[in-house]
Amino acid sequence: MPDQLLFALEVTLNGLMAGVMYALVALGFVLIYKASGIFNYAQGVLALFAALTLVGIQQGQVPFAHLINAVTGMHVTEFGWKIPAILAILLTAGVMVGLAIIIEKLVLKHLVNQAPIILFMATIGMAYFLEGFGDVMWGADIKTLDVGLPQGINETLESVTDKALGYGFFIDNLDIVATLVAIALVTALTLFSQYSKQGRALRAVADDHQAALSVGISLRFIWILVWSIAGFVALVAGIMWGSKSGVQFSLSLIALKALPVLMLGGFTSIPGAIVGGLIIGVGEKLFEFFAGPLIGGATENWFAYVLALVFLVFRPQGLFGEKIIERV
Amino acid sequence: MNDMSEGYVTADGRKIGGTLMEMKNITLKFGGVTAIQDISFDIRDGEIRAIIGPNGAGKSSMLNVISGFYIPTEGSVYFKGVKRGPMKPYQVAQLGIARTFQNIALFDGMSVLDNIMTGRLTLMKSGLLSQAMWWGGASKEEDEHREKVEKIIDFLEIQSIRKTPVGRLPYGLKKRVELARALAAEPKILLLDEPMAGMNVEEKEDMCRFILDVNDEFGTTIALIEHDMGVVMDLSDRVVVMDYGKKIGDGTPDEVRNNQDVIDAYLGVSHD
Ligand SMILES: Nc1ncnc2c1ncn2[C@@H]1O[C@H](COP(=O)(O)OP(=O)(O)OP(=O)(O)O)[C@@H](O)[C@H]1O
Ligand SMILES: [Mg+2]
Repeated sequence: MPDQLLFALEVTLNGLMAGVMYALVALGFVLIYKASGIFNYAQGVLALFAALTLVGIQQGQVPFAHLINAVTGMHVTEFGWKIPAILAILLTAGVMVGLAIIIEKLVLKHLVNQAPIILFMATIGMAYFLEGFGDVMWGADIKTLDVGLPQGINETLESVTDKALGYGFFIDNLDIVATLVAIALVTALTLFSQYSKQGRALRAVADDHQAALSVGISLRFIWILVWSIAGFVALVAGIMWGSKSGVQFSLSLIALKALPVLMLGGFTSIPGAIVGGLIIGVGEKLFEFFAGPLIGGATENWFAYVLALVFLVFRPQGLFGEKIIERV
Repeated sequence: MNDMSEGYVTADGRKIGGTLMEMKNITLKFGGVTAIQDISFDIRDGEIRAIIGPNGAGKSSMLNVISGFYIPTEGSVYFKGVKRGPMKPYQVAQLGIARTFQNIALFDGMSVLDNIMTGRLTLMKSGLLSQAMWWGGASKEEDEHREKVEKIIDFLEIQSIRKTPVGRLPYGLKKRVELARALAAEPKILLLDEPMAGMNVEEKEDMCRFILDVNDEFGTTIALIEHDMGVVMDLSDRVVVMDYGKKIGDGTPDEVRNNQDVIDAYLGVSHD
C-alpha cells in the first residue's frame, strides 16, 4: 500500500478514537434530553467536577481547604492518605449521585412544567455555579489525574502493523482503553434501559410524561436517576480526558465539541451520539490531514461545526432523529 | 370512618359490594373557572359507574382528581374508607387505581407489548441494583410479568399487533392498547375517559364487551366517562350526571333518564 494511504488509515483510526471521546460526552447530553427535554449546558462542567473530585479524593485533599484555612486560620491541605484508584472512582460516583439528588431538590423540582428555555438557563446557571464550586472545593490549580490507565504508544500494534504493512501505526494506549470502556458503558446502559424495571420506566418517561405518571412512575425519581447516570457518564469522560490532558478548566469545554456531535446525531438518539461522535472525530482528523496543509492548518478548531452546519441544512432532525412533519 | 354499607345484587346477578371510593364535596377551580363545584358521590365495590354530561361539564376534571392529576381546591377523596391526602399520580397508581385518557397517552415509540409491560411497573419488585446485575431472579420475575401480559393480550384480542410500534396503530386499536396497559396493573379500580370515543359501531361493540368482561371476570370496579347514551344505559349500574361543574343527577340509568334536570341539560334548556 502506498505510504500516503497507510498514513490516512492511521489518521482515521486516531479519529475514531477521538470520536469515542466526543460520543461519550454527547451521550450524557442525550440521556438527560431524552428523559426530561432539558438541554444540559452543565454536562461538560459535570465532567470537570467529577475529575476534580476524583483527583481530590484519590490524593486525600481536604475539601474546601482554602475556605477552612481562611476562616479558621488553620493550615490544612491534605489528610495525608492516598486512596486506591478504584475506591476513589466508586466514591466519586457516589458524589455524583449525591449531586444529582441535590440538583433535583434545589433546582429541577421548582421548575416543573417551565418552558425549555427556562430549564436551559437554569443549567447555564448550574454550570457556572459548579465550576466555581469545584474551584472552592478542590482548588483552581491544574491537576494531573492518574488512575493507572496505560499511556503511550501501543508497541504491539506498532510492531504488528510494521511487519504486516511495512508501516507501524501509532495508536495511543489510552485511546484504546477509552474505546473499550465506552463500548462497555454503552452496552451496560443499553441492557439497563431495555431490561430493568428502572430502565423501562426511564424509556416511558422519555416517551410520554402523562402516560408515565399514569402507570405509577415518579418523575422526580427518574430525574434523579438520569442525572446520576449522566453524572456517571461525565465521570467516565472526565477520567479519560483528564488522564490525557490533565484536569483543568478547559476540560469543561469538551462539552462544546459535543454540540456538533449532537447536531449530527440528533438530540434524542444514543446510536446517533455514537455515530455522530465517530464521524466528527474521523472527519476532523482527515480534513486536517488532507486540507490542513493547503489552507494553513488549525482546521480542527472549526471543521466540526461547519460539518454539522452543512449537515443541519439537509437533515435538521439529525442522522437518527425522526422527521417531524407538522400536523395541519 | 367506615362506610362499607351492605351491597346489592344487580338484575343480571352480579354482586355489588359496599363503598370502595367516595368523593366528598369536591370543588376544583382553575383561576376564575370552576370546573367542579361541590360534588359528592360514591363508587361501590364491583360496580360499573358512569359519569356523563355535556361538553365541558367537568367529567375529565373529576377523573383527574380521582387519579391524582389534579388536586381538588376543596373536598377529599376517600379510598376504602380512608381519607386520601394530596397525592401524586404515581402514588395513586400504586394504590391500584389505573386509568386511560380521553386523548390517549401511550408510549408511541414502544411496541404494544412493551407498552402493556409498563402497566406492570407498580407490581415489579426487583430493585435497581439486583436488576442491573441480574441478581435475585430479576429475569424470572420478568418472565412471570410477561406471562400475565400475554394473557391480557389474548383477552383483548390484540395478538396480531403484539410487536407493532404503537405510533403506527389506528385510533381504535390504540384505545384498546391503552385499556390493556391499565389492566396490566391488575387495578382495583379502572378509570376510563371516553373509551369508545371516535370508534365505529363494531369497535364500540367490542369495547363494550371487553369492559363488561373485565368487570365480570376480574371483579374490577370501573368508573367511565361516555357520551354515547345507549352505551351508558347498557353498561352502567349507576350514573352520575354533571353539567357546568355541578352534579345534576345520580342514580340507576332509568332514574337518570327520567330526571327532568338531566333531560333539560341534554336538550340545552337555558341555564339561569
Ligand atoms: N388544566 C386546565 N386548566 C384550565 N382549565 C381547565 C383545565 N382542565 C379543564 N379545564 C376547564 O374545566 C372545564 C371542564 O373541563 P373538562 O375537560 O373536565 O370537561 P369534560 O366534561 O371532560 O368535557 P368533554 O366532554 O369535552 O371532554 C372546562 O371549562 C375546561 O376548560
Ligand atoms: Mg373530557
